[in-house]
Amino acid sequence: MRRRLPLLLATLGVLALITVSLFVGSYDIDLWSLFTDPEARRMFFISRVPRTLALVLAAAAMAVSGVIMQMLVQNRFVEPTTTGTSEWAALGVLLLTLFAPAASPLVKMGAASAFAFAGAMVFLFVLGRIALKSQVIVPIVGIMLGALISSLTLYIASTYQLLQTLATWRSGGFSSVVRGTYEPLWVVGVIVIGLYLAADRFTIAGLGRDTATSLGLPYRRIMFIGLTMVALATGVTTVVVGFLPFLGLIIPNLVSMARGDDIRANLPWVVLSSVALMIACDLVGRTLVAPLEIPATVVLGAVGAVVFVAMILRQRKKAHV
Amino acid sequence: MSEKRLTVRAAAPARRRALPVAARLTLAGTIAATAVVCYLFLFIQGSFDFAFERRLTVIGTMAVVAFAHAVGTVVFQTITHNRILTPSIMGFDAVYILMQTLLVAFFGGGVLAVTDGMPKLLTQTLLMVCFTMLLFRWLFSGRSGSIHVMLLVGVVLGLAFRSVSDFLQRMLSPSEYDVLSTRLFGRLTSAEASYLPLAGAVCLIVGAVVWYRCHRLDALLLGRDAATNLGVDHKRELTVMLLMVSLLIAMSTALAGPMTFFGFVTAMLAYQMTGTHRHAAVLPMAFFIGVITLVGGQFILEHVFYASGMLTVVIEFLGGAVFLLHLLRKGTL
Repeated sequence: MRRRLPLLLATLGVLALITVSLFVGSYDIDLWSLFTDPEARRMFFISRVPRTLALVLAAAAMAVSGVIMQMLVQNRFVEPTTTGTSEWAALGVLLLTLFAPAASPLVKMGAASAFAFAGAMVFLFVLGRIALKSQVIVPIVGIMLGALISSLTLYIASTYQLLQTLATWRSGGFSSVVRGTYEPLWVVGVIVIGLYLAADRFTIAGLGRDTATSLGLPYRRIMFIGLTMVALATGVTTVVVGFLPFLGLIIPNLVSMARGDDIRANLPWVVLSSVALMIACDLVGRTLVAPLEIPATVVLGAVGAVVFVAMILRQRKKAHV
Repeated sequence: MSEKRLTVRAAAPARRRALPVAARLTLAGTIAATAVVCYLFLFIQGSFDFAFERRLTVIGTMAVVAFAHAVGTVVFQTITHNRILTPSIMGFDAVYILMQTLLVAFFGGGVLAVTDGMPKLLTQTLLMVCFTMLLFRWLFSGRSGSIHVMLLVGVVLGLAFRSVSDFLQRMLSPSEYDVLSTRLFGRLTSAEASYLPLAGAVCLIVGAVVWYRCHRLDALLLGRDAATNLGVDHKRELTVMLLMVSLLIAMSTALAGPMTFFGFVTAMLAYQMTGTHRHAAVLPMAFFIGVITLVGGQFILEHVFYASGMLTVVIEFLGGAVFLLHLLRKGTL
């Protein structure tokens, strides 16, 4: 029971943040009007609840993707935005917008996920072919691959006058999330549970191919399942809310720093802290310049970059780089 | 495997050394000059004076851009000890894009045209140079400084700038965005003629400094210890060279917009074409190849494909593909 206590407290903290998120916004809703005013109740369920759910699910999705990728690649600096995976998803969405503008969101997500999967495979392939002199090289390779893909995306977008659409959609955010647009994110909930069940296998896969194989693990299959999960999570999240930079990078690392590398034990912490961070960013973005709002993704990008740089420098001090 | 590769690569230049380096340089120089002359004088329709003046501006811009990226990349690759990265990875583009976006976001679309002029060019260049020098002082000069950490931090800050730019861009009205977007891509054919004297002067000065220090650059190739043994002040040399590189790339970006993979292509071809590591040969060769690529490419695009505005996009994409292939073949960063 004593071991569970911190987790319980953290859960309560996140629930408190969720509650705050539910009651902050331009349309005035408080507990009293929720029970008395049917109009307020309607707004509450059409806009506030979906938005908060989307925040929770998207945060969990990116954090979990980060965990899986870091285990599979055995590098702490890897996540969908530093491996080009998100850029591939963006290319997929753009192509679908061009060739099938009327496609349903579900088809778009399928395309984005397929491209994200291809991107993750390309990244792994390139990584397998090059000698790694330092941990820090891996994200540089990933980011250069991402730059290559995004130059293609930019070129296509500029040819068809879709540049500003692309910028809008990349910086996404949660302001347009209402009932009917966020539901696909529930897929992510399934992925989180799947990861929790398979967590021990990913921990073993994280020891490297030879060790994992000699321990009787079907390494390739685990790799494939892991990448599929990441691609699905990235694809769905990119379509619904845009890029969520660095979330999958900083939270898993901070949790590992504090608690070690046991995925199954860390997973609740990873999910809780990324949800907390995401909601905090969203709250800051909503209240700082109210009645306008800065998308949570932009706040996250700024905060994430600072934390990430701090992490690199900390590791440098330990002379591991 | 790696040993076999090494011998193959060591043998290759020897086999190709049929032509002496000086002759190769002359040949490349002649091709570059021919491309320039062709571009200037062929296919002129209508007023000669008008077309000639416009083409002269384009050639000037291309020469500056080719010089900046070619010399900047070769020097950058020497001081970072790798043959793949280009200086643009340090976040120049992101700083530039953020500056332009901020200007338009706060002062409206007209501001870009109104503020165009020498002070703006200088301010932009200065800001970009400051950014890299700060990174450098902060991350590389310390006791445990590492060039990779410096690059990664530059890249990450670049990503953050980009995310802020994306956000600001979506708030612009479409007409303002149109004005802005012309600045966010390489634009060789529409650069300001009035900038050219200054940009050319910067190139000349930097060129003189780099040329004077050519042999120290050669020494730097041997690594920190060997270079120090040969009497080169390693840290000072690195600082000077990085300052030169950031000056060149910042100037070129402010003049003609960002390019990522162009420098990589010129440097790679220059090493292959000269078959030597001596900077005195590689640097001019890289410049000639840059001129041939830009001027020749523009000539072909304009008169064969009738598509004049796409040169940078084509170069960037082809360059990116070559980059990827080279990374796979070479197998290290």
